[in-house]
Amino acid sequence: MNEILEGLKAASWLVLTFDSDLVEITLRSLQVTLTAVAIASLIGLPLGAWLAVHRFRHRRATIALLNALMGLPPVVVGLVVYLLLSRAGPFGVLDLLFTPTAMILAQIVIVTPLIASISHQAMRDLWASYHDLLISISTRKRQRIATLLWDGRRALITAALAGFGRAIGEVGAIMIVGGNIEHATRVLTTAIALETGKGNFDLALGLGFVLIALAILVNVTTHMIGRTESEGKW
Amino acid sequence: MTSILPLTLSGATVKRGKKTLLGPVDMTVSPRGFTIILGPNGAGKTTLLRALHGLEHLDSGSARWQVPLRDARSRQGFVFQAPVMMRRNVRDSLAYPLIVHGVRRKEARQRAGLWAEKIGLGDMLDQAASQLSGGEKQKLALARALIRDPEILFLDEPCANLDGRATREIEAILQTAQANGTRILMSTHDIGQARRLASDVVFLMGGRIIETGPATTFFHTPSTPQAVALLNGDIVE
Amino acid sequence: MIRVFALISTLCLTLFASVAQAQTLKLAVTTSFNNSGLSDVLLPAIKQDTGIEVQLLIVGTGQALRLGKAGDVDAILVHSRAAEEAFVAEGYGTYRREIMYNDFVLIGPAEDPAGISGAPTATQALQRIFGQQAVFVSRGDDSGTHKMERTLWTAAGLEPDTFKGWYRPVGAGMGAALNTASGMNAYLMADRASWLNFANKGDLALLYAGDPVLFNQYAFIPVDPARFPHVKNNLVQKLESWLTSERAAGLINGYQINGETLFTFNANPVP
Repeated sequence: MNEILEGLKAASWLVLTFDSDLVEITLRSLQVTLTAVAIASLIGLPLGAWLAVHRFRHRRATIALLNALMGLPPVVVGLVVYLLLSRAGPFGVLDLLFTPTAMILAQIVIVTPLIASISHQAMRDLWASYHDLLISISTRKRQRIATLLWDGRRALITAALAGFGRAIGEVGAIMIVGGNIEHATRVLTTAIALETGKGNFDLALGLGFVLIALAILVNVTTHMIGRTESEGKW
Repeated sequence: MTSILPLTLSGATVKRGKKTLLGPVDMTVSPRGFTIILGPNGAGKTTLLRALHGLEHLDSGSARWQVPLRDARSRQGFVFQAPVMMRRNVRDSLAYPLIVHGVRRKEARQRAGLWAEKIGLGDMLDQAASQLSGGEKQKLALARALIRDPEILFLDEPCANLDGRATREIEAILQTAQANGTRILMSTHDIGQARRLASDVVFLMGGRIIETGPATTFFHTPSTPQAVALLNGDIVE
Repeated sequence: MIRVFALISTLCLTLFASVAQAQTLKLAVTTSFNNSGLSDVLLPAIKQDTGIEVQLLIVGTGQALRLGKAGDVDAILVHSRAAEEAFVAEGYGTYRREIMYNDFVLIGPAEDPAGISGAPTATQALQRIFGQQAVFVSRGDDSGTHKMERTLWTAAGLEPDTFKGWYRPVGAGMGAALNTASGMNAYLMADRASWLNFANKGDLALLYAGDPVLFNQYAFIPVDPARFPHVKNNLVQKLESWLTSERAAGLINGYQINGETLFTFNANPVP
């Protein structure tokens, strides 16, 4: 109990003094995760809508696979991305290992199935109610997908936020592909792991509280923007 | 531009599993007129309309338009019994079919505004479609189906849940559309509505056409006992 | 939608801007080197004197050697002589240059149930722990510290693979192993620096130290530029001459925690 209080104290101290290292790793956490979630959303949201609209042979198997991929162990993703980006690996020449870009790539792999799967569930329900109408208006497949994405945007924001939640707290994969290098690839979660390793529980916990506050802040902000944009319109 | 009509349905059947919902049915939809489809619940009215519009897969037989199906589809309109409301406001709901078919956004929104005036929703343009009343929703669905001036309009019991005033407004819109050359096929339970609107009648029971012909003939000299019973106000099932 | 794209492109730009850094060098080091706090003293001095920004990858010796073998780092600084020599012999590193040493210590519950504090040698201390079957936490991660610990058990005539439940390999870094030992009130072997810097000591105490077999030699190995042409060999050379310089000697020998000297500089002036 005492250590949790110490952690809260450390967190407030770090925030109140606007600690420059804290600001740096917090911004990097945001930069890595927001970029990864943005790219994963660009892939996952339309993929989910496409799976809702398009009928093809192995559709059920594809959806089952996607749902299974939601549970991808981040450490395994990290290891595979590491082996791909390693100098000895196929993409070694790109020199991306131990950079924020590598961390973004790993997080895209982890988060895309989650976003696509949640998107698919929301789009499937919306498609069930829109199906007859959109067929009747004789829309093309691309238009159907675009319509579902636009009209289902609130559910899709939830999908993106779920992706953000998984990515911002992830440590296993980005530790491996980022390397937790100070001033280069250290983010909140890897810093927490490092400080825990040193037995600095109050500092680790303080960083943890900052991480939680950050996640809440992003969620609340997103919901506020979403509401002011569309209140009373539909 | 060649007309898409007449539409010929020959030997059409629709099955759901082992159960036959419709058919076999033969019918021809001529280029002009207002056809009312009558029949008890489960007679196949909805299935017939959906089959004509191409929303149902035919298990046998065919539906043939005068132009390829692809071209015919975009020159039809359909109003469902429970109106499908998009998660959009009134203006964008009306503009949607236009934008989908390549009308520029500005013009589409302008035409949507004109149609909203026509159906009495002119001051609700920015309101969410889902928040409209039942009658307003059905008028919106009707205007959305008419906004691209379809050659043929299908309506599946559009007034089933509406009060007298909303029904009258919808009938007025339909009569204007018919006067402008739109071919109309509509199912209903309401004999009074059928008498007011029909130029000809299709009477369905058990998925088959029992009797069909001009409205005056059907209402004055029905030729089947089921039609006589229906017009007498007996319970037909 | 346009705003979203603007946001994304801004993020991408900042991302790639931060990737492009001049004069950086990647060095794989052991957890003990970083946990000691010595890196916090040396890195700013290196930056100041040479302009090189050393990026540390803090891993176990096993992983450090793997990173070197894959060409993912420019040099390594570890402490496991046999593994280092194999690394050089297999042609991954150019040579092995000794820099400094510190020492390992045996940690355990303050009441010392196995009575190792009075042991005459390190191997006898281990034999006493074995005799009591006292709970012992092992790194179990193929790190330099882990290898040293296994060597000592072997020297004591014992085989860790045959140990029963009292012997707990945790497969983790020094800090995590210390946390585990603290939680279980167990014995373990740690480098002195990590122990002194460790904040979660609980009931643990330093029980045995000083046997010369516990000395822990750190060596610097450049990754072979003939095998990996992308390696920044000229920066590695600069770093190596700095690490073996008088300036480095002063900083390393002068580094203290709680008044205790941790590292002894022992690099030869000429490789």
